[in-house]
Amino acid sequence: MRHLLSIDDLDRAGVERICERARSFADIARRDIKKVPTLRGRTVVNLFYESSTRTSSSFELAAKRLSADLVSIKSAGSSVDKGESLQDTITTLSALGPDAIVIRSPFAGAAQLVTRWTDAAVVNAGDGKHEHPTQALLDVYTLLERIGPLDGKRIWIVGDVAHSRVARSCIRAFALMGADVTVAGPPTLIPRGIEGLGCRIRYTLEELAEADVVYALRMQHERMVDAFVPSLREYAINYQLNPRRLGARQLVMHPGPVNRGVEIAPETMDGPTSLITAQVASGLVVRMAILYEILAGGDVPRIAGSTPGSAEQLRPLPVGEPA
Amino acid sequence: MGSIAETLDWRGGDGGVDVVVRGAHALDPRTDLARVCDLVVRDGRIAQIADAGSAEAPAGAETIEADGLYAFPAFFDPHVHLRSPGQEYKEDIETGTRAAAAGGYCGIVAMANTDPVVQEPADVRSLRERASAEGSVPTGFVATVTRGMRGEELTEMAALREAGAVAFSDDGLPIVSAGIMQRALQYQRLVGGTILLHEEDPALTRDGVMGEGAVSAALGLAGVPAVSESTMIARDGALCLYEDATAHVQHLSARQSVEAVAAAKAAGARLTAEVTPHHLTLTDAEIESLDARFKMNPPLRTEDDRKALIDALRDGTVDCIGTDHAPHSSNEKDVPFEVASMGVTGLETAFSVLYTELVEPGVIDLGLLVERMGSGATLFDLEPATIAPGAAASLVLVDLEAEWEAGAEGWESRSHNSAFAGRRLRSRPVLTIVGGEVAYRRRSFAMRVAG
Repeated sequence: MRHLLSIDDLDRAGVERICERARSFADIARRDIKKVPTLRGRTVVNLFYESSTRTSSSFELAAKRLSADLVSIKSAGSSVDKGESLQDTITTLSALGPDAIVIRSPFAGAAQLVTRWTDAAVVNAGDGKHEHPTQALLDVYTLLERIGPLDGKRIWIVGDVAHSRVARSCIRAFALMGADVTVAGPPTLIPRGIEGLGCRIRYTLEELAEADVVYALRMQHERMVDAFVPSLREYAINYQLNPRRLGARQLVMHPGPVNRGVEIAPETMDGPTSLITAQVASGLVVRMAILYEILAGGDVPRIAGSTPGSAEQLRPLPVGEPA
Repeated sequence: MGSIAETLDWRGGDGGVDVVVRGAHALDPRTDLARVCDLVVRDGRIAQIADAGSAEAPAGAETIEADGLYAFPAFFDPHVHLRSPGQEYKEDIETGTRAAAAGGYCGIVAMANTDPVVQEPADVRSLRERASAEGSVPTGFVATVTRGMRGEELTEMAALREAGAVAFSDDGLPIVSAGIMQRALQYQRLVGGTILLHEEDPALTRDGVMGEGAVSAALGLAGVPAVSESTMIARDGALCLYEDATAHVQHLSARQSVEAVAAAKAAGARLTAEVTPHHLTLTDAEIESLDARFKMNPPLRTEDDRKALIDALRDGTVDCIGTDHAPHSSNEKDVPFEVASMGVTGLETAFSVLYTELVEPGVIDLGLLVERMGSGATLFDLEPATIAPGAAASLVLVDLEAEWEAGAEGWESRSHNSAFAGRRLRSRPVLTIVGGEVAYRRRSFAMRVAG
């Protein structure tokens, strides 16, 4: 895999390989010395045009745990997030010879555009409302660890699908892994044609009992402005995940950050069926596995400007050797 | 109806040297002409249509050997953005009209959404002067319907007509207020000139950047519903009928829009409609690439919409083809889709694209394409080009066998934002004659002067 721009870049075997690798990194994470030299000498640039806590910090830590050199650039709110000088920024950064660029942008397709202007491998850490593939991969990993293969499992994704890149990547990823995916939410927040991604649509939670897993999406306050929902109170009445709606075996997920008491009740969020904390922990090891996959996995590493033979000495050390 | 070359402004007009086109397959659906023949052009007019090889060349005439080429009446584009004044980094009159000549056009109409907009008589006069000096093809200029295209107050439409505005349009933006639209149609009784309509309801478009549907849902891009366009067409069709006025719906994009135009026409409204080459040949599936070259307004829609547009072209619901040639610089296009400017160039590829995608596969007839590529002239009370004795000699020679890659040799337009760049196209205009003068000639295409 050259880049990770969309879940569509992966097949099922690729997802399984990444999850398998994440599992081996999870073993390392339980050791006293958590760092491995796998990506020593490689440079990772994190370029975040939107504020982010979980994704940016877990990518930073993932790069560091793999001994990569790391540059983090956060420019939320600057003029670049209007997209005007994305090309200039990438050209400039690429002159520094990074091996990977991890980009978060408020605009769909930004990660794909970046691949035009750099030799580095590109990881999409969220592009507008389009995709957030690393989130979906960590969600798949979390579920595999908890319930095993997803074949035939019923997964409901509930809430603001229209504005959610997480939903778009998760529908693709869960369906790829054999799950039976349903999206549910107010008709104003379920885009026309979303079933084309391979999911069913429900406008109420009446059939929620069939779900093995319920994935809540963040409901943002801005959504009331354009009359998507009349009020968060009414939204909560109809779509909140709470003990009244959920059975004891139904697992609950959320990409964070959570609006407690809106899309999910506090007791559900903190309850025994909640995987929300596990998702965050998975984020680190899955992102380590993704960086490994694109920088060290599969093909011979490709270093800008190097001759084919010289890549040999940069082959990664075996996973698991302490640095 | 007036003559394109004599009514609109361009740098030609003296008739040029006499020309004999030898052995072309002349095709003009308006006159039922379809034969291999010699065309003698004298003093800017078609003097004779003779059997191939039989025509006598007037002394000093240039002979154009056109064996194997088709001769069509040259095309007319009712919808072009020349970007002048104010945005000459995208296009200007010289480059835009050269692109038109290269595409086989003998006349174009430039929209008024420039910077500043064309809304004063002096703006129109100054553009006409520029076109007289620089225009490779006759060019008409429209003025805005409302001041600043704000949709609130009418421009001085009578004075603008007096200055030579060929029609009125706020193209780029809809006229949101039904009340203002009604006033403009009422005022038309005084001033004449059709009103060209960009139909879109901003309340339904919201922040949409592409056609609403499965592709927009999958990409997470805000979709523009088809009803944003069709409800406005229905409104304006009703207003035209009520005021017994004339209006022209630009760039139809959706099946619902076709139905709205058909309903208005059936009710007796004097409404005309246009469709672009890109809406006839591309769908929203192109946007899966997230490439902003496929971003335009109205947006590309589904295969079902595309089929409805083709049917409408066939059955006459759509009166003409217009390119909505909308040049933008790479700074405005090589950016994320959501922030990219809307629009694609079209003059240099229109015929080739439609021939490749619709005529060659047998979807529509060549004659229909030729007819609809020229019929836009009638919106402005101009006689479409025709190949007939005595008619102004405006024709295009096309090599239907030519294969070329769009954009591979560069563009005449200053901007390169073609949705078809890189595609293999079949057929290519090689020479355009306007009012008897050669307005464009492909470099590889030679002529010789008769003794």
